[in-house]
Amino acid sequence: MKLDFSVVWNNLPILFDGMQLSLVLTALALSGGILLGAILAVLRLSPLRPVAWFAAGYVNTFRSIPLILVLFWFYFLVPLIIGRPVGPFYAALIAFVLFEAAYYCEIIRAGIQGIPRGQRAAALATGMTQAQVMRHVVLPQAFRNMTPVMLTQAIILFQDTSLVYVVTLYDFMTSAAIVAQRDLAIVEVYIFAACVYFCICFTASRLVGWFKSRVEVSR
Amino acid sequence: MQRYQWDWGVLFREPYFGWLLSGLGWTLFIAMLAWAIAFSVGSTIGICRTLPNRWLRAIGTAYVEIFRNVPLLLQMFLWFFVLPELLPREAGRWMKRDMPNPELTSAVLCLGFYHASRVAEQVRSGIDSVAQGLSRAGLATGLTLGQTYRHILMPIAYRLIVPTLTSEFLGIIKNSSIALTIGVLELTNQSRQIESFTFRGFEAFTAATVIYIAVSMVALGLARMFERRSPIKGMMTREANS
Repeated sequence: MKLDFSVVWNNLPILFDGMQLSLVLTALALSGGILLGAILAVLRLSPLRPVAWFAAGYVNTFRSIPLILVLFWFYFLVPLIIGRPVGPFYAALIAFVLFEAAYYCEIIRAGIQGIPRGQRAAALATGMTQAQVMRHVVLPQAFRNMTPVMLTQAIILFQDTSLVYVVTLYDFMTSAAIVAQRDLAIVEVYIFAACVYFCICFTASRLVGWFKSRVEVSR
Repeated sequence: MQRYQWDWGVLFREPYFGWLLSGLGWTLFIAMLAWAIAFSVGSTIGICRTLPNRWLRAIGTAYVEIFRNVPLLLQMFLWFFVLPELLPREAGRWMKRDMPNPELTSAVLCLGFYHASRVAEQVRSGIDSVAQGLSRAGLATGLTLGQTYRHILMPIAYRLIVPTLTSEFLGIIKNSSIALTIGVLELTNQSRQIESFTFRGFEAFTAATVIYIAVSMVALGLARMFERRSPIKGMMTREANS
């Protein structure tokens, strides 16, 4: 068969708008997810048992169900709670923030727990308070170790935003699907979309790899 | 929350109860078949990436990078919509017209080859973490490279990566929900169907959520059992290590 990529060229504005929405959604979900994830991580490491259990329950629940189901949940729930339709964007954003928070919680927790216990004990022995130990000893190292993992998770999040297709939010993926079906150019448009995603994610993961080799705490 | 009429009974009424069961059935069926592909292809690619031959290593790397950097949903569309158009005319027509269960087959192939790229990374890191000394020792005793992999490296590497392989299998179960975009009636799709037929979103999505959690707990339990049954000889158990 003959491929005619002019259809991509003609629809570039639509696809570009879609990509903008994908990036905005990624950025917002990323910030919200990290913030909520950090709070959850603190709760999970809390000495108060019920608090730690609550956070663990939250994380395990979100980690054992598919993202699409979470999207359906909030697409259905949010209008019901607010009492009026809000459109797919906010429902999707809430779903992504809550879902990603579970994953970021685990990344942050692993980062904090990855610091050898001896350092904590040593810092406490020098007379630092708990808070000072966290601030000056544990967290700076933990952040360096977990930043590359967090960035990798951000790339996964960017790929996952394509799933808003199921609630017909016009991100890059959905726009591509619409153009593909409307202009009967399924092959060309999907191949183009795959190349775009590949270039972005491949470049980003290479940058993360380079960054990781620079910041890693050497032991 | 205003005026939501609860009716948990809807889940146990026909045909909805049957829908949930068959959805669970398809989810597990897709996941198992996809796992078979992911495990075999992933192991092959992972081993390729550790071999001395530069070309095999390059092929392995290219495979992993391609499958890892394109969203799974798009890969699903590529398998289902695009591949039949790109194949030679006869094969394409067969895929579109005569292939049994085209949605299901595409979903299984897509999930299998995607997760293979992730299994490959785990297999590679498993081999890398034991390879250094052991492969030299194996070769020095006169084993061929193939025998070293077969009898020394792989048995240890596989045992080391049981936990990550388990979460990979759970990942396949979760990702099989993406098959709903090409019309497979798996668990998530069935729960959405129930919602749109009965307007009982709460009940339907809760049912799906609970089933997914139950499935992942069972899978984790089985993996722990397997881990305890096949310890690495001469090494401390995982519990003692951590």
